Amino acid sequence: MKEQTVQLEKFSYDNKIVRNFAVATIIWGIVGMLVGVIIATQLFEPAANVTQYGSFGRLRPLHTNAVIFAFVGNGIFAGVYYSMQRLLKARMFSGFLSKFHFWGWQTIIVLAAVTLPLGLTTSKEYAELEWPIDILITLVWVAFGVNMFGTIVKRRERHLYVAIWFYIATFITVAVLHLVNSFELPISLFKSYMVYAGVQDALVQWWYGHNAVAFFLTTPYLGMMYYFLPKMANRPVYSYRLSILHFWALIFIYIWAGPHHLLYSTLPDWAQSLGVVFSVMLIAPSWGGMINGLLTLRGAWDQVRENTILKFMVVALTGYGLATFEGPMLSLKNINAIAHFTDWVVAHVHVGALAWNGFMTFAILYWLIPRMFNTTLFSEKLVKTHFWIGTIGIALYGIPMYISGFTQGMMWKQFTPEGTLQYGNFLDTTLQIIPMHQMRAVGGTLYLVGAIIMAYNLFKTMAQGSLTADEEVEAAPLKALDDVEYKSLHWHSWLERRPFQLLVASLIAILIGSLVELIPTFMVKSNVPTIASVQPYTPLELEGRDIYIREGCVSCHSQLVRPFRSETERYGEFSKSGEYVYDHPFLWGSKRTGPDLQREGGKYPHSWHYNHMMDPTSMSPGSIMPSYPWLFEQTLNTAKTQDKISAMKTLGVPYDAYQIKNAVNHLTSQSKEIQAKLAEEKITVSHDKEIIAVIAYLQRLGTDIKKDQ
Amino acid sequence: MEIIYILISISFLLALGFLTAFIWSVKTGQQSDLVTPAMRILMDDTTSTSEKK
Repeated sequence: MKEQTVQLEKFSYDNKIVRNFAVATIIWGIVGMLVGVIIATQLFEPAANVTQYGSFGRLRPLHTNAVIFAFVGNGIFAGVYYSMQRLLKARMFSGFLSKFHFWGWQTIIVLAAVTLPLGLTTSKEYAELEWPIDILITLVWVAFGVNMFGTIVKRRERHLYVAIWFYIATFITVAVLHLVNSFELPISLFKSYMVYAGVQDALVQWWYGHNAVAFFLTTPYLGMMYYFLPKMANRPVYSYRLSILHFWALIFIYIWAGPHHLLYSTLPDWAQSLGVVFSVMLIAPSWGGMINGLLTLRGAWDQVRENTILKFMVVALTGYGLATFEGPMLSLKNINAIAHFTDWVVAHVHVGALAWNGFMTFAILYWLIPRMFNTTLFSEKLVKTHFWIGTIGIALYGIPMYISGFTQGMMWKQFTPEGTLQYGNFLDTTLQIIPMHQMRAVGGTLYLVGAIIMAYNLFKTMAQGSLTADEEVEAAPLKALDDVEYKSLHWHSWLERRPFQLLVASLIAILIGSLVELIPTFMVKSNVPTIASVQPYTPLELEGRDIYIREGCVSCHSQLVRPFRSETERYGEFSKSGEYVYDHPFLWGSKRTGPDLQREGGKYPHSWHYNHMMDPTSMSPGSIMPSYPWLFEQTLNTAKTQDKISAMKTLGVPYDAYQIKNAVNHLTSQSKEIQAKLAEEKITVSHDKEIIAVIAYLQRLGTDIKKDQ
Repeated sequence: MEIIYILISISFLLALGFLTAFIWSVKTGQQSDLVTPAMRILMDDTTSTSEKK
């Protein structure tokens, strides 16, 4: 190869955008964790549910969204913007897009923080935000993508380091997931119905939910691990070959594992098994990443003893290893039968979130900020304190929750020698685990205290240093391929120049094409009722269902009776997919803090529900369910009822023109019937209150198939 | 349950996209050197620490 004198190009890295994302990470992290501690407290102290805007059902999505998209999200962007510029030896493609990305993302977070407590939610886990925010997310995400691919194209380093591959996979897959899971039919600015219904909606949701964990909480963090860990330890990654191998294996396998969230549901068996098989296979590439990370530190464990930042990384990687071992185990049907709907799953996700995501974010922040501010950390001692408080916090969170999950899962299944349920009253199993919930709140609080210590330490660090907003660097431009190389690639040369535009454009084209073609087909087909007695909801029931969604009842109550004797004894006939065909969205839930409600209809008189919603302890002494006094004061808003019925018809629910036209009349007459029934039971209430609609919905639940018997 | 075919197609398309990217990466020599990239990221490209502003 001939020698060439290469003129070095001078340019600079944009550190300001990294700083902005880092500061946002710190602030939103504390907010998200604080909400977490609040809702953890509500689970043993119902009095902590203050007003309707602070009740568990509305705060729980706020917690999950804040920690996933605000804390981890900003953390990803800080890490990606820092590492990508350096790995590609190029400044970010567009300063404007960087700013748009930053402010757009913060706007989304603020909108989420306002709308979720107001009860504006789609109820789909980790995708609760209503349609206008969904559109904004799409725009901001595209801006991020353009900025990223732009930077890749103008890079000065031909080889794309493995971290970049992880970032690309993150961008593409999250874009597709978000689009597919956000098909909503708007009724107003604040309300929409999912296009999918029942089982189909469930499948889309968990295809999304599982892959959101994969491509939002895993791949970007693996990418960052591959940049920051070698940098922190100042040694190359253990095996670069392994990193490439496990990257491709991971992204190919992850996409198929979603159905493991729906084991023993009404999803077809083959689809469940598909999910299980791929979930079990996932252990290989996941552990490939963990082992590669830990072995990078081989021969450097003396550094780990001294360096707290590396300690954070070790705990993060260990947490990743634990969670990705446990994940495949949990997707085995026999383990899932016990663990599903219990605190076990909560423990599982928090090992991943607190250790893997949280601790790696902390490590990166501690490493990044002094470097960008030309200073050292304000206090090494506080970093150590944070590490130990945080680690104890994780243990105090995880261990009680595993015990709690296992205990409750077993209690639900316990029979007496006579063959009846040992704990026929669901509440017995709830009261059993309250001490564990208290301990969990202590663990969470410790973790939060650690994060606050970090915030203090890092803000002090920033104050004592000064930010190098534009870090001056120089690098050789990307040299053109010489003749020999060029010939070997000739038909690729075009691809070489525009690979990413091609990739994105073709993907978008394919997606639009297939969606346009396929959506109408399944919209029609999906609503062919398979059970004749299953009828659409009445207008009042539909309004009640919307209140059920607004209050986040689905956070604690499932609507899915699995085909186990322990469940059919407790709740009634197991669920059939044909029962959900009018459920836009589905409300199966993923956690039973309270009992399943699929067969709730007709179990109790109206007055029981009335009193129970007013004060749950009056009907179930010791209940941890919050009371819902506002449902008794607020008048049911019927202004949109007709539009809602009409929208449902658009989605394929068989309402006729007469029913749409007389929706409100029908609603009023049904609410008066309920009012009259309540009056017989010596309860006086106006027929236009929200509680009437809720009672109507609850009394309808799961009753249709009983008409056949 | 028609949705499952759509999800499988989309997942399949994604996988296909990744496969294309993989083939591209191999053909263009992205994967030909699996040793030095790990070292290279450790080299700092900052002009010099002394002239930092």
